[in-house]
Amino acid sequence: MIAINSLTFAYPHASPLFENFSLSISRGETWAILGPSGCGKTTLLYLLAGLRQPIKGEIKIDGELLARPRPRSGLILQDYGLLPWSSVHENVGLGIQVRKFYGADGKHTPENYLPKENVNHWLQRLGLGEVEDKFPSQISGGQRQRTAIARTLALEPDLLLMDEPFSSLDAITREDLQNLTHSLCSEQNLTLVIVTHAIEEAVALGKKILLLSDAPNQNAKVFENPSAGQSGHRTSQEYRELCNVLWKDMQRETA
Amino acid sequence: MKRRDVLLAALGLIIVWQIAALIVNRSILPAPWDVFIVFIEELGKGLLIHFGVSLWRVTAGMLISVLVAAPAGLAIGASKTANRLLSPIIYLLYPIPKVVFVPVVLLFLGIGDTAKITLIFLILFFQIIVLVRDQAVGIPPQLLQSLQSLGAGRRALFRFVYLPASLPAILTALRQSIGTAVAVLYISELFATKYGLGYYIYYNGSTLFNYPAMYAGVVAMSLLGLGMYFGVDWLERKWCRWKFVS
Repeated sequence: MIAINSLTFAYPHASPLFENFSLSISRGETWAILGPSGCGKTTLLYLLAGLRQPIKGEIKIDGELLARPRPRSGLILQDYGLLPWSSVHENVGLGIQVRKFYGADGKHTPENYLPKENVNHWLQRLGLGEVEDKFPSQISGGQRQRTAIARTLALEPDLLLMDEPFSSLDAITREDLQNLTHSLCSEQNLTLVIVTHAIEEAVALGKKILLLSDAPNQNAKVFENPSAGQSGHRTSQEYRELCNVLWKDMQRETA
Repeated sequence: MKRRDVLLAALGLIIVWQIAALIVNRSILPAPWDVFIVFIEELGKGLLIHFGVSLWRVTAGMLISVLVAAPAGLAIGASKTANRLLSPIIYLLYPIPKVVFVPVVLLFLGIGDTAKITLIFLILFFQIIVLVRDQAVGIPPQLLQSLQSLGAGRRALFRFVYLPASLPAILTALRQSIGTAVAVLYISELFATKYGLGYYIYYNGSTLFNYPAMYAGVVAMSLLGLGMYFGVDWLERKWCRWKFVS
């Protein structure tokens, strides 16, 4: 589904974060991108979202060259993503409003797009029914993140990109939302790419884990983790071993 | 602030006025009740028209400045280039007290309402453009990026982010500058007009020596300022409900 071919990227007046970097992601896979701060993991996500453009090389999604945000990709950020002046209900419907604003022009909105009034469905699915009239400042961090997820899913994406979405939440809420993310991805057959700096989160969520290290990243270091998301995975031997391996690898890189 | 407390404060101020009138005990400071009687009488004898003319001038000035300054502030705040080019100019012009332009504006625009409305416009324009620009600059980039990822281009960002984000800034600017606007209105109505509360107050005080009527004019002008102030508060509660929830 996603093909990154010989990607090179650097911010102006800085050394490159990626050099001749290639990676391929298949439909329906769940990927975690892990690495220390400054390694370029968020940048990679923004490149996949079409918010940054490569200097060299190319990114193709479904065979199409990515030159701008793609209507069928959903991006969820850590915070600040909700409109503070709109209620939870309005925030969940925001993507649909934006699409109605442009109409099905094929550029901002997929061609042949018909606005679906599915806001209530997603409010219920994510357990937001009771707070739909509240403003973002009145609800908890977990509920805000659920709102952001509902807003993205209301647009029926096929690719979900998440940038440390759960890092400011408490442990219980975080685990709860990680499990929810898993079930949503398999329900909707979504491809998931999630960026995190927490090893446990990467192992809990990613059936494949891409470990980035100090820039420039040239070769993709990928770890297989096929049982992620299955019940009991978090307490398994396999889970602990992979955490250990990743931890040692990250230590070696930063040492 | 509770409505009851505001009423009590008003009552307290009237009592202070009453005591001062008793102490001074001269015709240049009539008691509140006497002024109130004259105020009601004068309403039928032209004060209402003067009030209406002043209200029209200050409202027109406010509307024009919102319509011009808010889009300009948004455009400057949303574009780095525009901000770099135009902000130094605003920086230089902003602190100049606009009231010193009264004679200049009167010379250029003559004696009609245009000159008076222009003066109010000059004051409000800078207040609004600065606050709206700062608001637009301060929008978190994450908010813009998540909107972009929902498919929003430049036009949708203006419609769904910049415009609603600038609304509280516009109302704050209006609230902050109502006092100055009414003050400048008073000064501009001293010249070359036979209508408006400024004219009415000055004429009754300095030509007719009708002090109760002069105070009735002062009360009317205070009510004008207060009314606009409350009006902006009301709009903010109606349009920016999210700012008042806890």
